[in-house]
Amino acid sequence: MKDIALRTGGAAGDGIATIGETFGRFFTRNGYHAFGHTGYQSVIRGGHVWFQARAGTDRVWSQGDGCDLLYALDKQTVDIHAPSLRQGGVLIYDPEKFSVPAEEIPHGVTPLEVPTLAIARKFSSNSILQSAAGMGAAAYVAGVPMETLQGLLTDSFRRKGEEVLAQNLGAAQGGYEHARAHGRVLDRALPPKGGSPKLFLSGNQAISLGAAAAGVKFLAQYPMTPASSIMHWMAAHARALHIVVKQAEDELAAINMAIGASHAGVRSMTATSGGGFSLMVEALGMAGMTETPLVVVESQRSGPSTGLPTKTEQGDLNLMLGAGQGEFPRAILAPGNVVEAFRLTRQAFDLAEAFQTPVLVASDLYLSEDMQSADREDFPLDFDPPSLFTVPEPPSGQNGYARYAITPSGVSPRAIPGQKGLNFIAGSDEHDEKGHLISDVLSGVPMWVEKRKQMMDKRMRKLDGIRAATSPPTVEGSPHPSLLIVGWGSTANPVRDAMRSLEEQGIPVGYLQIHQPWPLHAGRVGEILRAAPKVLLVEENYSGQLGRLIRAETGFEIPAKLLKYDGEPFYPWEIVQKVREVVGRVRSGAGS
Amino acid sequence: MSVAAPVPKPVGPSLKVVYKSSTKPTWCPGCGDYGVVAGVERALQTLQVPPHEVVIVSGIGCSSNLPHFLSTYGFHSIHGRAIPVAEGIKLANHRLHVIVTGGDGDGYGIGLGHLIHAMRRNLDITYVVMNNEIYGLTTGQASPTSVMGHKTKSTPQGVIEEPVNPVALALSAGATYVARGFSGDVKLLSDLVAGGIQHKGFALVDVFSPCVTYNHLNTFDFFRQRVYRLDSAQHDPTDLQKAYQKAHEWGTKIPIGLFYRAEKPTYEDLEEALKEGPLVHQKAGIRGRTEILDEFV
Repeated sequence: MKDIALRTGGAAGDGIATIGETFGRFFTRNGYHAFGHTGYQSVIRGGHVWFQARAGTDRVWSQGDGCDLLYALDKQTVDIHAPSLRQGGVLIYDPEKFSVPAEEIPHGVTPLEVPTLAIARKFSSNSILQSAAGMGAAAYVAGVPMETLQGLLTDSFRRKGEEVLAQNLGAAQGGYEHARAHGRVLDRALPPKGGSPKLFLSGNQAISLGAAAAGVKFLAQYPMTPASSIMHWMAAHARALHIVVKQAEDELAAINMAIGASHAGVRSMTATSGGGFSLMVEALGMAGMTETPLVVVESQRSGPSTGLPTKTEQGDLNLMLGAGQGEFPRAILAPGNVVEAFRLTRQAFDLAEAFQTPVLVASDLYLSEDMQSADREDFPLDFDPPSLFTVPEPPSGQNGYARYAITPSGVSPRAIPGQKGLNFIAGSDEHDEKGHLISDVLSGVPMWVEKRKQMMDKRMRKLDGIRAATSPPTVEGSPHPSLLIVGWGSTANPVRDAMRSLEEQGIPVGYLQIHQPWPLHAGRVGEILRAAPKVLLVEENYSGQLGRLIRAETGFEIPAKLLKYDGEPFYPWEIVQKVREVVGRVRSGAGS
Repeated sequence: MSVAAPVPKPVGPSLKVVYKSSTKPTWCPGCGDYGVVAGVERALQTLQVPPHEVVIVSGIGCSSNLPHFLSTYGFHSIHGRAIPVAEGIKLANHRLHVIVTGGDGDGYGIGLGHLIHAMRRNLDITYVVMNNEIYGLTTGQASPTSVMGHKTKSTPQGVIEEPVNPVALALSAGATYVARGFSGDVKLLSDLVAGGIQHKGFALVDVFSPCVTYNHLNTFDFFRQRVYRLDSAQHDPTDLQKAYQKAHEWGTKIPIGLFYRAEKPTYEDLEEALKEGPLVHQKAGIRGRTEILDEFV
């Protein structure tokens, strides 16, 4: 497989995300799958931002290892990223902005000086135009047709008027021509492919899309990286999609508003990161106790406490499993890529409603904010959510309506406020079938002691239902692997790239991705693990939280662990190296 | 100018509707909250709102058990979070009459942040706070409205911080209906609650509702000797500055009644997504709307 990675970097405010996304679309517009990895810091101006877009002759799943083109908007970018340039790579920069001493250019890398500011000045006094010239040069070096860049710029700037668009197109052409005259096309440039353009989107956009497809009508959220862009997408589309998006005063309000809206009959959600989720914990239990459907997206970042706000981690599994006093049924779904983010978010709403209990969607910064390609068919918009309000009214029975009727499934017929004759009280206190308190004058009285047990059993039975309604995990990759990797969430992406490298090296590997940490399909997971010759746990946390869960649920201890908690996602080479070590095929030096 | 509390007009059919539930309150004999549940029930009777179109939301505390004693829909939530739960209900179905009931600890202590934001948002919610200046259910600690010097289990030497002034707070936070009742005057209280329900916007009805077990300072007698009605004192509830002055009266004479009322658009009026009716009645989902994917190309 041949892959190519284009990287850009600069200061916050330089428009690096836009340049990087454009690099990604160089590939996706031409029918290639791509991955876009963003790196930034918790500052608004200044600081260092970078973005890498990668594609390959075969599908790529992660940011990969190293890059082939680096477009540096400041010297710091050269200092940090030039060592990542691979043999045959090209470094693009503007000598008017800074100079790069020859000894700082890695062996085998060609510098390409592009007068981006001078080109920009021909069209406008606005220096932001320099990036159009830079992108033009990058397009030539990456072997991307100028028409692709022209199309992207047209889509971005058309709404800003003819003049702005013409300036951008002119500067881009200037950069492209300069590179054609003074540079060369990368050996790793991908051949023309044809086929439909791919979609290119972030995990948070896919989560939002999944929620919209599931029929979400209410989102309450408080800003927190890396979950905020869910609220941004929803707010931008709220008018067209008839969704109420409420920025709450804090996460306590956000989750309680979502619970209230769900109680009143609309599909509702909230989204946050670990810090905000810590505040939501008490209300999560209320959703469980009042049997209110609720979807909570928990996009993890490096903790503990404020931690590294712009860096990734999978450190909140224990928190999600244990959030809330006492015990109540919940599900935790963990998508690994944008397609799964769409599918599992939609499923989260269905499960929450079917089982009348909270469902968590576990994301992380790496999934939420990085960008991946997908086909349009990966996002089926073929679903009509049921309207709860107009469904036939639940049977009222001889003794009146019992909202919390004890049933074999644990799920009771649900009424919505406004429906006549079905008035009931939803209570966070323990209650009987009709919602009457059994927490004060009845507590401890033998008959009500038994009732308390029945109500607990009723609620907890839903876990069996959720397990039965969802698919056990399967193993992907080699049918006869010499090693099985186990993980969850976004680590699937570098794992998949590592698996291909390992296969090329003659080491067949399987991957068990746990899409549903809770309720875990423990029977199947145990069978798979016991059948594997060797097992390696790959997680982005310090203690191996999924490994601990698997041990608790299956009794299987995974001896080999690759754990990372430095804030950066896994790079494929790290996984390759560890797998070689575990299967006893160590070789000197890293790299794929 | 004679400015009384607004006379509520019946909005539903004139039927004898039962608003009391079969559940009997478990409050201490003589508790002020009996007067409040009677006041809320009477307000609903006056307005003849169908019980299934009313949701009463509460938090945690003695007074937060109130929804169980009425036959409407109810949501007995967690401590301090009744307001956001109620906001969610209102935004999902703004045709419902949403009433929040609770105590001073719930509303002015743990839940105060939510209250301020709900008031500035001006959602059409009526909030009845049974203010007994003490924590009752946890057996007698100081509350945010306990006065300076009040000796409680948690302040054996007396409270050394100023109490929250709910009326002044509501006026500054932008509530559009600010009233204070007394559970010893159920008639006035029910008028104030009915007025709050009819008012389009956020209504705060703070109610002196004495705790007969743990607060021996702010008793029924304490209030009976001090309260006077604003409508008898020619108070103009459209005058914000006068309302502020009245809000700071405390001592030998304490005003009850309607302090302030203003007409302003509600949050629901301004929320685009509700223009086509309550969310719960709207179509959900994006079936077939594949143009939404175009932005990702």
